[in-house]
Amino acid sequence: MTAEPTLAEICVVACAEAWRGDGAVLASPAGLIPALAARLAQRTFEPGLLVTDGEAGLLAPAGDGSVTEGWLPYRQVFTSVASGRRHMMMGAAQLDRYGNQNISCIGAWARPKAQLLGVRGAPGNTVNHPVSYWVPRHSRRVFVPRVDLVSGVGYDRAAAAGARYHGLRIVVSNLAVLDFGTPDHAMRLRSVHPGVAVDDVVAATGFELAVPAQVPVTRLPTAQELALLRTVLDPDGLRDRELG
Amino acid sequence: MTAEVLTPDQVAASLDSGMTIGIGGWGSRRKPMALVRAILRSPLTDLTLVSYGGPDVGLLVAAAKVRKVICGFVSLDSIPLEPHFRQARQAGSIELTELDEGMFHWGLLAAAHRLPFLPMRAGLGSDVLAINPELRTVRSPYRDAEEFVAVPALRLDAALIHMNRADARGNGQYLGPDPYFDDLFCLAAAGRRFMSCERIVPTDQLLAEGPPQSLLINRSMTDAVVQAPHGAHFTSCAPDYDRDEAFQAQYASAAADPESWAQFRGRYLDVDEAGYQRAVAQFGRDLAAASR
Repeated sequence: MTAEPTLAEICVVACAEAWRGDGAVLASPAGLIPALAARLAQRTFEPGLLVTDGEAGLLAPAGDGSVTEGWLPYRQVFTSVASGRRHMMMGAAQLDRYGNQNISCIGAWARPKAQLLGVRGAPGNTVNHPVSYWVPRHSRRVFVPRVDLVSGVGYDRAAAAGARYHGLRIVVSNLAVLDFGTPDHAMRLRSVHPGVAVDDVVAATGFELAVPAQVPVTRLPTAQELALLRTVLDPDGLRDRELG
Repeated sequence: MTAEVLTPDQVAASLDSGMTIGIGGWGSRRKPMALVRAILRSPLTDLTLVSYGGPDVGLLVAAAKVRKVICGFVSLDSIPLEPHFRQARQAGSIELTELDEGMFHWGLLAAAHRLPFLPMRAGLGSDVLAINPELRTVRSPYRDAEEFVAVPALRLDAALIHMNRADARGNGQYLGPDPYFDDLFCLAAAGRRFMSCERIVPTDQLLAEGPPQSLLINRSMTDAVVQAPHGAHFTSCAPDYDRDEAFQAQYASAAADPESWAQFRGRYLDVDEAGYQRAVAQFGRDLAAASR
């Protein structure tokens, strides 16, 4: 008898869905749940994905372990970015309704209240290849009307800049899955996780969210997905710790 | 050109205050830390650092050696935020040029190629252009007429890198998984290109541990070599050693308050390189004893 899926497991599978249909592209995750998601997608419905070992190796599944199938040092990661053969799932300290993302700092950049990661690769990623986001704590502090510093580029900024290869896919949070499937690419509620009400998501979002008349429930992990997660990919259950 | 063999303190004495210094490695990986520690002991000041930053930037900032940092990030990898860099930013005590990581690569490549800039898409639409008002865009002269960011060359006065092996003539070898951008740092520097290494070996032994393509650095790219065993500590220098996570955690927690930082400094930094390595060895023994 399989135990019920946990919220972390539902989130891993929702994140994995970001890469469905991508084929042979580099799946780059930031954070544990996106990393498990990329490896789960590679082992199930999206076997073409390329996944790194966190250093310069590309790993292919082999039984319950993996083998190195390629080499991708940072200089080639940047070439992969520019070539467009990559889909990254990044984190976000702040995210607005068009998908502008901030990971750099909180407050004025000249002397921030809180120095965060810096822009890292977000500006280049978002104008070169598909990007999705993972937000472990859905709140009005993250989903804001206006981000303090645009690191990752949203749809409105991309259109104004003529960024021809820009494209955001989905945002997965601990409450819901969101996308940008509206006429003006404003953020839309795609599904709510089991037990979460649409109003909970709306209340935890600091801007007007597009909410369709019917909002489905995020799909549950299959028995195969749960078995892979629990016995092969994350036997120590680290996934539950990323959700505060 | 044939390189000189120097000590870390001789390297520091070869640099000048006010210089723009590029530092190889990435985050907390294969950083020329013995050379950085020598700068900490020197009277150098007012430096501009160009780095995929890690504890190299943090230590030099904490020692008030730095006027300006040019970077894609400053991180300890397993600890996402470099504590000294964060404090300096929040105190407003350093200047910063914050670039996208790929823009930083492009700036080094432009300098290495003696070009004033290279075009790229990274930066378009983002606030990188707002926080770096000196950045310009450039339009393709071809039929597409697309607009790009013109990433300016990151020209360096000096470069510091750390390799696994080198010979005394200035050829260098990496044996780990990633070359990072150490060749570009050397090529982007006008001179004073210093390469430390774990071990200096005879030239005819350079292929004993790795294939020809591991010889990232040739002697046209370096001016001096330093033998600095454990010279990247506490950053990783695979396969010779991994990052010293326990030591790095101690470094990061010591940075949290002035008193514990003064203790850290007294024990590890106000000593010469041999004294540092002895204190690190003692730290390792204490840790092993505590876990028994």
